[in-house]
Amino acid sequence: MSIPVNQEIILEVKNLQTIFKTDTGDVRAVDGVSFKLPKGKTIGIVGESGSGKSITSLSIMRLLASNGKITNGEVLYKGEDLLKLSESQMRKLRGNEISMIFQEPMTSLNPVYTVGQQISEALMLHQNMSKKDAFIRSVELLKLVGIPSPDKRVKNYPFELSGGMRQRVMIAMSLACDPEILIADEPTTALDVTIQAQILELIKELQDRLGMSVIFITHDLGVVAETCDYVAVMYAGQVVEYADIRTLFHEPKLPYTIGLLKSLPRHDIEQDKLQPINGNVPSPHEMPVSCRFSPRCPAATDLCRANMPQLETDENGNQVRCWIYTDEWTGEAEVDIYGEKRIAKSRGAKTILPD
Amino acid sequence: MAKKELLKVEGLKQYFPIKGGFLGRTTNYVKAVDDISFSIFEGETVSIVGESGCGKSTTGRAILRLEEPTEGKVEFRGVDLAGLSKRNMRKYRKDLQIIFQDPYASINPRQTVASVLTEAMEIQKVLPTNKRRARAEELLETVGLLPYQADRFPHEFSGGQRQRIGIARALSVNPQLIICDEAVSALDVSIQAQVLNLLEELQEEFQLTYLFISHDLGVVRHISDRIIVMYLGKIVEIADKYSLFENPKHPYTKALLSAIPIPDPDKKKERIVLKGDVPSPIDPPSGCRFHTRCPYATAKCKVEVPELRTASSMKPGHEAACHYIEEIESGEKQPNY
Repeated sequence: MSIPVNQEIILEVKNLQTIFKTDTGDVRAVDGVSFKLPKGKTIGIVGESGSGKSITSLSIMRLLASNGKITNGEVLYKGEDLLKLSESQMRKLRGNEISMIFQEPMTSLNPVYTVGQQISEALMLHQNMSKKDAFIRSVELLKLVGIPSPDKRVKNYPFELSGGMRQRVMIAMSLACDPEILIADEPTTALDVTIQAQILELIKELQDRLGMSVIFITHDLGVVAETCDYVAVMYAGQVVEYADIRTLFHEPKLPYTIGLLKSLPRHDIEQDKLQPINGNVPSPHEMPVSCRFSPRCPAATDLCRANMPQLETDENGNQVRCWIYTDEWTGEAEVDIYGEKRIAKSRGAKTILPD
Repeated sequence: MAKKELLKVEGLKQYFPIKGGFLGRTTNYVKAVDDISFSIFEGETVSIVGESGCGKSTTGRAILRLEEPTEGKVEFRGVDLAGLSKRNMRKYRKDLQIIFQDPYASINPRQTVASVLTEAMEIQKVLPTNKRRARAEELLETVGLLPYQADRFPHEFSGGQRQRIGIARALSVNPQLIICDEAVSALDVSIQAQVLNLLEELQEEFQLTYLFISHDLGVVRHISDRIIVMYLGKIVEIADKYSLFENPKHPYTKALLSAIPIPDPDKKKERIVLKGDVPSPIDPPSGCRFHTRCPYATAKCKVEVPELRTASSMKPGHEAACHYIEEIESGEKQPNY
């Protein structure tokens, strides 16, 4: 099930490339990231540490550290390329039309201002509200995100709140100006599961009510399954698979995605033995020029070890970056990946699964 | 099959004083662990799960006397570790090892891997000096690293590899019990699976007993034989793995299990979303500590501390600390959200 043709795309990232200058040479943290965010939907960006998922979101917001630079690509927001905007135009957009919440609410809130002052700031800046109106709206927002006795909490400093409460404050802040897009970068990773459940529920409820589109960045496949409509899997700076949520979990194509799902210990079913992915993520300084997963891939052939595959779109609109699904593939017709069979495209069959 | 008891914890309490007020007197205590008892049998893996602040790590540290327990007994093969002198305790440290969460912080960055491993052997006098180096290389192979890496420094390894070094260090003194305190939490899933499999293989090879401390119930289900659920310094439920996941009895355990997202978009289940946050362990709620968030709580729960018990619908060895196990089961008591 791909994105319907008549579905409005609010954000499209095309072939994004971000490099960081370091003492030991340039690091291509993001190298070929493309995805579409349909309006009102949630897209998950998943990947392990160092896959470039956070840098992708910071690049979209143009909030990179001073040694980081976007060298290629487009970020189309309602058809307009954000990378071409001036810094002042961008500032008007940030926190207003596109806002962001981070993993650690304590470090992203200012410890010397009250919660109310911090929420009001965005309102006064972007919406030209008076201090008094902004304060009243702040209380409303705190109520919206489910903070008990908001009229008292609005005068609290961040240290007076628990982790879950702080994340609610962050969400209230990010919602202050009714954004079109909310980028949530690991918003529940630092929280306990019972609190995580509250926050995920809150984000979903607010999305339904306000019609926001959400980019959800996480390493937790459980959170993705629960919150997202579409998923982009990242590995070593690239989007390697993009699919709707059902396809990704039930019929993943890419060996890396299959391996990731197989290595996940589950609490809801009995598993005999975990199937780990061998080896480690390649160092950003020694990125293979070929398929970046090929050194760890159980199905890799000489083709994979010599050439970089492109992100190819299949007949369902889902995308995968893997030689198995191209005409060039010369290996077996039926490929065994971590105990699962996938049919190679060049061998006549369509990319369908046995059973 | 009667298994031998390796470790028995009885009435363990760990209070941390809060200093303050006039002349820095102790004004109150953080009751991190408040009167818990359990046993671990030889060769099994017992896990302690719970959210932050429930006392699971403190329990692990108190067993090893990394903090001196306030009260209670920790019997290892019948010897009360809590009552030993520091000198005598040191002899037992060989038998009880710990692996920490952060492999970056728990290995000295200025020591080569070989010296990390031989130092442990030296302190515990495990082998004659001239054999230690060979043993260190052998250990590296055991944990899936290569012997020639022995002269490298920790920063030359990835996170997963460093955790393997931590495991090798624990193994270097031939321990019987290894406490794994969030040992795989900092690792990416593909690497986490490698380390979990390694721990299982080592358990079989060396007949190790594990006390596994984790907040990740997926990991816990995979690795454990029995599971202890803690909430605010108390044990709320103990059960074998199967009973805990398929037949949880305590309302907190049920809420905890239902809160974990399932990596399958078609499996939607009813979620019990708990209200509010975990209360402070400085002044924990009276009676049942969960009563402030429990959807079944009554006036009785506010005053009477529930004891761990086995109701008729539970397998032997499965215990939960709730006044209303039967009533909730029969549907006589309905949740009040």
